[in-house]
Amino acid sequence: MTQFRKGLWRSALAAAAVAGFVTSAAAQMELKIMAPAAPGGGWDQTARSMQQALTQSGIAKSVQVTNVPGAGGSIGIAQLVNNSKGDGSQLMVMGYVMVGALLTNKSPITLDQTTPIARLTAEYEAIVVPADSPIKTAKDLAAAIKADPAKVTWAGGSAGGVDHIAAALFAKAAGADPTKINYIPFSGGGEALAAILGGKVTAGISGYGEFESQIKAGKLRLIGLTTPAGKATADLPSIKAQGIDLEIANWRAVVAPPGISADQKKALTDAMDKMAKSKEWQEILKAKGWEDSYVSGDAFAKILAEEQARTKDVLTAVGLVKS
Amino acid sequence: MEAFVSLANGLSVAIQPMNLLFALIGVLLGTAVGVLPGIGPALTVALLLPVTFKLDPAGSIIMFAGIYYGGMYGGSTTAILINTPGESASMATALEGNKMAKAGRGGPALATSAIGSFVAGTIATLGLTFLAPYLVDIAVSFGPEDYFALMCVAFVTVSATFGDSPVRGLTSLFIGLTLGLVGIDILSGQSRLSFGIPELYDNIEVTTLAVGLFAVGEALYVASRRHVHEERLEAVRGSLWMTKEDWKRSWKPWLRGTAFGFPIGALPAGGAEIPTFLSYSTEKRLTKYPEEFGKGAIEGVAGPEAANNASAAGTLVPLLTLGLPTSATAAMLLAGFQQYGLNPGPLLFAEQPNLVWGLIASLFIANGMLLVLNLPLVGLWVRLLAIPQPWLYAGILVFATMGTIAANPSPVELIMLTVFGVLGFLMRRFDFPIAPVVVGLILGPIAESQLRRALSISLGDPMVLLQSPISATLLAIALIALILPFVLKGLGRFKAVED
Repeated sequence: MTQFRKGLWRSALAAAAVAGFVTSAAAQMELKIMAPAAPGGGWDQTARSMQQALTQSGIAKSVQVTNVPGAGGSIGIAQLVNNSKGDGSQLMVMGYVMVGALLTNKSPITLDQTTPIARLTAEYEAIVVPADSPIKTAKDLAAAIKADPAKVTWAGGSAGGVDHIAAALFAKAAGADPTKINYIPFSGGGEALAAILGGKVTAGISGYGEFESQIKAGKLRLIGLTTPAGKATADLPSIKAQGIDLEIANWRAVVAPPGISADQKKALTDAMDKMAKSKEWQEILKAKGWEDSYVSGDAFAKILAEEQARTKDVLTAVGLVKS
Repeated sequence: MEAFVSLANGLSVAIQPMNLLFALIGVLLGTAVGVLPGIGPALTVALLLPVTFKLDPAGSIIMFAGIYYGGMYGGSTTAILINTPGESASMATALEGNKMAKAGRGGPALATSAIGSFVAGTIATLGLTFLAPYLVDIAVSFGPEDYFALMCVAFVTVSATFGDSPVRGLTSLFIGLTLGLVGIDILSGQSRLSFGIPELYDNIEVTTLAVGLFAVGEALYVASRRHVHEERLEAVRGSLWMTKEDWKRSWKPWLRGTAFGFPIGALPAGGAEIPTFLSYSTEKRLTKYPEEFGKGAIEGVAGPEAANNASAAGTLVPLLTLGLPTSATAAMLLAGFQQYGLNPGPLLFAEQPNLVWGLIASLFIANGMLLVLNLPLVGLWVRLLAIPQPWLYAGILVFATMGTIAANPSPVELIMLTVFGVLGFLMRRFDFPIAPVVVGLILGPIAESQLRRALSISLGDPMVLLQSPISATLLAIALIALILPFVLKGLGRFKAVED
């Protein structure tokens, strides 16, 4: 009996060793992903979802997630650029919000110093009004802003964030002076939502997810989404399709440290390409309600550069960045 | 009536053995992280989210709620025993609770806080069950001007924490208000008083300030006095349990604390700190034993602790009915819901009745579990005070540092902790009250941003503050509370002259 058990153990150990060898040969990659924010926020959730998808699909053997919170990502990016130079196993999650935050915080480190890898997800901004508001369409709102931009009060997230930028772009597209908009930043989504529901402000602007259940319950009216005109549906009208030239997305992406070799860059990009197609990642996107907006390599680098230029223009126009 | 039927259904979900187990794990974890300063329930839920991805939604959300309630219990234990509030909401508890513990009355202090938390948690959860739909309408109608008026009321009551000298109290308050300015101004996006240090852009963390001033400051002070006069702590003097007198003095503060905590917790920008301070100052005014305040009055523990726990239940009102997260932990609970494709909001009660009512029912169960868990532990906890002082305070320093580092791994945060510790030491040495600093840091930024928002919405017209009935009423209360003591004093003098 003991003999038999020993034998069983040995074969089990051998099998485990073989299995371990096989998986490690298939997935050598060990990655570190930094979320430049505290646990729980969007960037942290993206990093942890990537960890889940990469390890479960076997693309990477291990993925370690670290949090470096502070100043809209300014502290995280400084650490990436200064301490991880040339490290081909390090990634950092970032997003459109960081583009603005680095500008308003006058960060000495810029995104140009990182190695862009891929854009992963996007969320479109939604403009809503209280259900009993006389404003029914994007045209109505544009007319009100054109008449007197100061009288139209906007509730949204932090100053210089994507909500603020979108509101300024809306005013500009409506033919009003974007420097005159009356934008009221609230901390956290909840407070802004309460102000809109309570009818304290004219309009609210934030990611569609924040408003979804209120729109469905009929407490808020959706004026439109900042989607491309072609994406409009009856339930989800696009602002651009209503004749106001505004298109903006709050995207999230990953970048690598500066100074990595072309091979290392290719390995990281390949891993992201594989992850984006994996069943595990697609399931996460569905569960979290994130839109897949995968773009990698040079195409992403180009988008990043364009977004930086556009954001700088808007933030300078609203007076948050002194040129 | 309908709510009763739904609650009964919810109970049948909550008492499934697996869900009971989840609730138990939740309250145990919550108590543990509540005890550690700096690590709060929000961080714990955040770290558990990916782990619970594959679990059953009802079970893991019940666990998260258990963590939330447990954290509120755990935070007060350290506040009372070692003057280190685990959460900023247990700061008011530390004021009288620690004095009680030092006088050998740690047992009754812990007991009144545990039973008060249970009473308040239960009443507030009942409120959540029956009043949520009505309360939420009021909560949403609170505009920036009304919040500003509420802050004015809170500011007036701060004086209760001043101790003997109003000048010293105001000095402390202004230190806090100044610290509240540090960082990026939410309305303009510009940084203030941060001297180009990016770590300071995110404002000063309340827990870092509280832990620095209370725990580190206290440790330094005790160390400095050690050879001057040895303070012998007596772990237990008199009964370990609450006496008949203690019960008599506790039950009203419990109820009043609940009355502050639940509605203010339900406000989208209410929070847990303000009701605890309102409760503290109310108890100080109403007590029959004013001479005991500042030396360990049981009312000063019973009231704020009840307010603290009631506000936790209040937070769930806007979360469940509107999908509005109004605290960091509520935001994490929301992320927990969304992870399962559930969107809290007006439709959640209709679409997922089992889940919502299961959660509410499990809150009752978690509350009961916490009481059963905490009361027998009281005897064990007070033994902590029997540890030789050098060891005890060395341990406190280790935990304070660990908690701060866990919440924000940055050297700047540690430097801040040290600076605040030295500040706390100096303030103790020269007899300045400490609580007003933390109150200033919490209230200052809220009052400022709400006032500016109100003026921004009214296009600069200050009359908006008087046009809103809620705001006008609150401002009147603040004014009366401010003037009344002087008027009474004047009348008293007048009478004295007449006699």
